[in-house]
Amino acid sequence: MTMISEMEKNRQERSWLEKIPAAYWILGILLLIMPGVAGDFILFQIFGWGFILGIIALSLMFLAGYGGMVSLVQMTVAGSAGYMIAIFGVSAIENISLGWPWYLAIPLALAIATLFGTLAGWLAVRTEGIYTIMITLAIASAFFYFTRQNYVIFNGFSGFNGVLPPNLFGVDWRQPAAFYYLTLFWAVLAYGTVIYVSRSPFGLVLQGIRDNPRRMSALGYNVVAHRVAAYAFAAFLAAIGGILLTWQSAQISPGTAGIGPVIDILVITVIGGMRHPIGPFIGALIYVVLKTFALDALVAIGLSGERFQLLIGIGFLAIVFWSSDGVLGIWNHWQQARKRDPLLDRGGSTP
Amino acid sequence: MNSKLLTSAAFAATLAASAATAQDPLKLGFVATFEGTYTLMGEESLRGFEMALDEIGQTAGGRPIEYVVASSDASPDSAVRAVRKLVEQDGVDIVIGPVSGSEGIAIRDYSKTQPGVTFINGISGAQSTTYQNPSDNFFRYNTDGAQWSAGLGEYVFNEKGYKTVATIGEDYSFIYTQVFGFALGFCQAGGEITERHWVPLGTKDFGSIIAALPDDVDAIYLGLGGGDAVNFLNQYQQAGGEANLIGGTIMVDPTVLSATGSAKNALIGVPSSAPQADNWENPKWQAFVKKYQDAFPPDKRFPFPALMSVGYYNATMAMSQCMDQIGGDLSDGHAALRACLSSIELDAPNGKIALDENRQAIGTNFLTEVVEMADGTLSNQVVKVIENVNQTLGMDPELFAKIGTPARDVPECKASYE
Repeated sequence: MTMISEMEKNRQERSWLEKIPAAYWILGILLLIMPGVAGDFILFQIFGWGFILGIIALSLMFLAGYGGMVSLVQMTVAGSAGYMIAIFGVSAIENISLGWPWYLAIPLALAIATLFGTLAGWLAVRTEGIYTIMITLAIASAFFYFTRQNYVIFNGFSGFNGVLPPNLFGVDWRQPAAFYYLTLFWAVLAYGTVIYVSRSPFGLVLQGIRDNPRRMSALGYNVVAHRVAAYAFAAFLAAIGGILLTWQSAQISPGTAGIGPVIDILVITVIGGMRHPIGPFIGALIYVVLKTFALDALVAIGLSGERFQLLIGIGFLAIVFWSSDGVLGIWNHWQQARKRDPLLDRGGSTP
Repeated sequence: MNSKLLTSAAFAATLAASAATAQDPLKLGFVATFEGTYTLMGEESLRGFEMALDEIGQTAGGRPIEYVVASSDASPDSAVRAVRKLVEQDGVDIVIGPVSGSEGIAIRDYSKTQPGVTFINGISGAQSTTYQNPSDNFFRYNTDGAQWSAGLGEYVFNEKGYKTVATIGEDYSFIYTQVFGFALGFCQAGGEITERHWVPLGTKDFGSIIAALPDDVDAIYLGLGGGDAVNFLNQYQQAGGEANLIGGTIMVDPTVLSATGSAKNALIGVPSSAPQADNWENPKWQAFVKKYQDAFPPDKRFPFPALMSVGYYNATMAMSQCMDQIGGDLSDGHAALRACLSSIELDAPNGKIALDENRQAIGTNFLTEVVEMADGTLSNQVVKVIENVNQTLGMDPELFAKIGTPARDVPECKASYE
């Protein structure tokens, strides 16, 4: 919190370049030179997948962290965008895919997925807490079962394969380094936009509604409209993530947005932390690394690899157990402990 | 035993690697389903793989074998992720897997982007994996779902006298392929398929389907597997159903036949077909079954080897046979290995297997009937052995291509596809 207030103060005095904190510069340079250091697998699978899941989880973080609405529909919105890009664009299922060029297919996919997310939000905002979770979970399962059984539009169980990004500017965007920069670009843009929106009047009203909807309503704000707008914005983010995810695995099928992945997005957001938009990205990287290497880790210490899911579960449990706000919570804790002056007081900046 | 074997093998492989042998170790990637609905099948796959490694003494072509296990959850995304890690992160030379149909198609597509690695299918049985856009470095030593149905349609029409049949199947590509193979035989023999019901994978309540079943058909074809199969049989018996049944391959495999409860007794006498049969008299098969039963304690295996263990065993043995033949030398970009893999005739426990020009198995198929053993357990009794079943099921390739890709209503039921 102190960091934000310091930045607010500095905003008036310095140019925008100077306003970017040093940590961002270091992180930014590290991320930019990553393709020179890391191998193809790390770029494509670990970072690429991590950024994509991060973007989708970010849309949930925006709703849950700033709006107080835990929505399980975000992965479904991402999946619907993936389906739309496969249906309007090019895929190996030629009798369904329309094969339209990217400049029609991408905006249409984004628009339809955003509309879908907004409608889901419009249904969900009338409820609170556990009921929001239930209604969004219901929409997510309905979407999963519908896509699995509908053959005319969604091609049922097998879905669509051969969904590739367009060769824009003569670059094959599925090459590891190119895909890394593509996902990095959208992740940074999504991150920056969420920070910007969270400080805009709309974001502040949303946070006000999170803390006390009745008072905001009394002040004259339309609570329902703000919440639905938050869903619309989050759906747009999720849709971007969904298109990237479809391009990465070159296919989309009902399992992509099944109940498992829907819960995974919640897990990622919770272990990363919902207080700041960086949380979902940290959570996504932890998730991806655990998912990829847990089996090897077990075999390496001489245990049977088949129980790797247990290790993943224990990892998540440990994070949530020691910090109610994920990895970000641990970080805040550590920072406050470091700032504490043992001679003067026992707390940090808060009394 | 299972887990111990995995770790000791991995450990032995590490030791072998660090012992600075003259030959570099051969790195194998193993992918199967250790998550989700198909976990049992993944574990069974690993048994087959371990049996093969044990038999060849953890070496191939004079090189010690080092292997990395990866897991998928039967979805194509997860399979590609797992294989990508094996290839790009662990740097394996040969990948063995996967288990399920859609995974196979996804890995076939991925294999085209990795010309330096050779892929041998585990047990996935979708037809299009090798039939449409086959990949030069993807080899499949198991027959596909339609081949597994070969001969069943003719048999039930001619021997059992069933003239009209309704089908119930799980709504996904593997079962379409199975019904495809059944329908081609049955309809060409003169039979008629009156209705096709498709239920979602994982259906618990079959009440409405059972109520909708017609009374006037001679038999019902069941393309269900695992828990779905058991649920259906339970509810069908409670509803007093007495129609003749015909089983798809996974309807009568050990995962269903070893289920507890009396529902499975409805399966006694049910004709079916598969690329293997529990009670086949062939000495090589008998020896394989014995080895399987000796290698794992009864609670860590099925009474008889299931499809997955045989599939992965055959894939690994084909790899080993060719590595021996070329002396373990992969320095020519796997060219010699692939030439060998395309041309060998594998003397597998479930019959001789050769590959066609799409690197797809031409193998043996078995017509079976479920029988009750002396100890009360059920198993598959061989009725007829059909050798050299190819991917077009003996039809003219051009006519076969015209029928189309297996789907809910493909093929049409016609007496002739001329």
